[in-house]
Amino acid sequence: MTAVENVRQTSEGAQEMRPRSELGAKELMREVGSVLRMSEAEAAQLGQMPTDDEDQTMIINMGPQHPSTHGVLRLMLELQGETVLRCKPVIGYLHTGMEKTGEDLTFLQGGTNVTRMDYLSPFNNELVFSMATEKLLGIDGDVPERAVWMRMLLSEMNRMSSHLLFLATNGMDLGAVSMMLYGWREREEVLRFFQKVTGLRMNHNFIRPGGLAADLPPGWRDDVLSILEMLPPRLEEYDILMTDQPIWRERLQGVGVITAEEALALGTSGPILRSTGVPFDLRRDMPYLHYDELEFDVIVGSYGDAFDRYAIRLNEIRESIKIVYQILDRMPSGDYRIQNKKVTPPPRARIDESMEALIHHFKIFTEGFKVPEGEVYVGIESPRGEIGCYIVSDGGPKPYRIHMRAPSFVNIQALPHMMRGGLVADAVAVISSVDPVLGDVDR
Amino acid sequence: MTDMSATPDDESLFGAPVSYSRGQKVVHPSREQYVAVLKQAIDAGYTMCSDLTAVDYLTHPGRELPSGIAAERFEVVLNLVSITERTRLRVRVQVPEADATIASCFDLWPGTEAMEREVFDMFGVRFDGHPDLTRILMPEDWEGHPLRKDYAIGRIPVQFKGANS
Repeated sequence: MTAVENVRQTSEGAQEMRPRSELGAKELMREVGSVLRMSEAEAAQLGQMPTDDEDQTMIINMGPQHPSTHGVLRLMLELQGETVLRCKPVIGYLHTGMEKTGEDLTFLQGGTNVTRMDYLSPFNNELVFSMATEKLLGIDGDVPERAVWMRMLLSEMNRMSSHLLFLATNGMDLGAVSMMLYGWREREEVLRFFQKVTGLRMNHNFIRPGGLAADLPPGWRDDVLSILEMLPPRLEEYDILMTDQPIWRERLQGVGVITAEEALALGTSGPILRSTGVPFDLRRDMPYLHYDELEFDVIVGSYGDAFDRYAIRLNEIRESIKIVYQILDRMPSGDYRIQNKKVTPPPRARIDESMEALIHHFKIFTEGFKVPEGEVYVGIESPRGEIGCYIVSDGGPKPYRIHMRAPSFVNIQALPHMMRGGLVADAVAVISSVDPVLGDVDR
Repeated sequence: MTDMSATPDDESLFGAPVSYSRGQKVVHPSREQYVAVLKQAIDAGYTMCSDLTAVDYLTHPGRELPSGIAAERFEVVLNLVSITERTRLRVRVQVPEADATIASCFDLWPGTEAMEREVFDMFGVRFDGHPDLTRILMPEDWEGHPLRKDYAIGRIPVQFKGANS
């Protein structure tokens, strides 16, 4: 087939939402977001929904170019007047084959690839990839203490910056434009710290298998402290601006409700699961790094609505501040990466004086290091939920298969359920409360 | 480093052989046992399926598997979580190339619906009983399944829908 024929053939028909008359019962139940087996009463009610030919419903597209879809998410909504009857997310507009690309990059290069998936929490991507690689290498227990605490520092700061951006976009989606400016402003302070540490605002490739790329720069403690002191009064301001405000509550409370059973059945994680009252946070329940040594609360909601999800994220910033204070107290001195010739390039100064070091440096960056055969899955708590990394190694320097369990990809499948029966004006609030990152959804 | 050899050969869970990969528990049901094993796993507390994916072992056939499990080209991998016990369990099922189908988990965990679509899209493994088995990330008339090992990188020219040519 020639390229031209391919172009003419491309259409996305079958992925779209189809008219009700063309659907079987099972498909219909999926599209109305029935995640648990329906009761007979509900199923009977479903049969009474208007049929297509009565001309009472219409299917419209929301996105992929809609500003409130946080990128290129396309939702097909079946509306009856203002009410959303069905919703189907159509994704893939940002798919760039990163898992396939990852099979062609060495374990040392892999960080640059995975950090671009969930681009709002790059450190968590790098961390989970590095932890999986280290587990395959069998060196996960040998990472120096300082590296572990630095990783925790960076991932908690990342949680703050990600949640601050959520507050900004959530505010913007609901018309609180000043919140958007405040959220971006505060996030920028955190990103400035990242830039000082890693050289980049985003996509750092700083956490690497075996440790980190560099030590913390001089003066980092003051920078962190100034952020920690700046944030609490600003969070109080947000409380005044939004949490206590009747309009804000009216827009969010009771919108996009999901129960604990449904959230579990859909596999959602992070703030969406916790908003339903399930106190499940991997940092506490399956501790990694040294989270088991820290004092912090898992924020849990009770109604499973958009307001709970907002409040959880706001309060998780406060918990992160608590955690970072403890990290500052306990940050040990020492090496920031493992001293294992297999995975660690030689220090820059050694290259000038030693031919072997130069060869070693060259080999490790051109060929990479070999990772023993095996397969491993590591899951950690990213701001959006469980981010997991499944790596299969065939004994070579490149992963045989790398799969990222993307929290946004799974969470977004809860949208049809949350939107069913709601108003189209609330659709924006619901999308926003899920906080999807389309780079993570499509990879 | 943990190996298969470190575990007794006779260990089994829900009637399927068990192995350990770097200390992580993996259960290897056959395709026939698959749904029954998953149901037992749910009863045992693994109420959440956090991940479902697949691997194409075309160019790496000689991997270690417990005795009695014949390696096939595809492998469907599930990661289950028990929220009460706070443990994980991995399920690996061999799927032959000649008949690349397996039962869908949609009835057990509706959340696996999108992940199964992704596996179908990327590997061409079909799921029996799936309500809407269409491509999810690629355009629906895309030829081939990109994450298969015999699908080269950059084989298909960049396409733009509706472009004049």
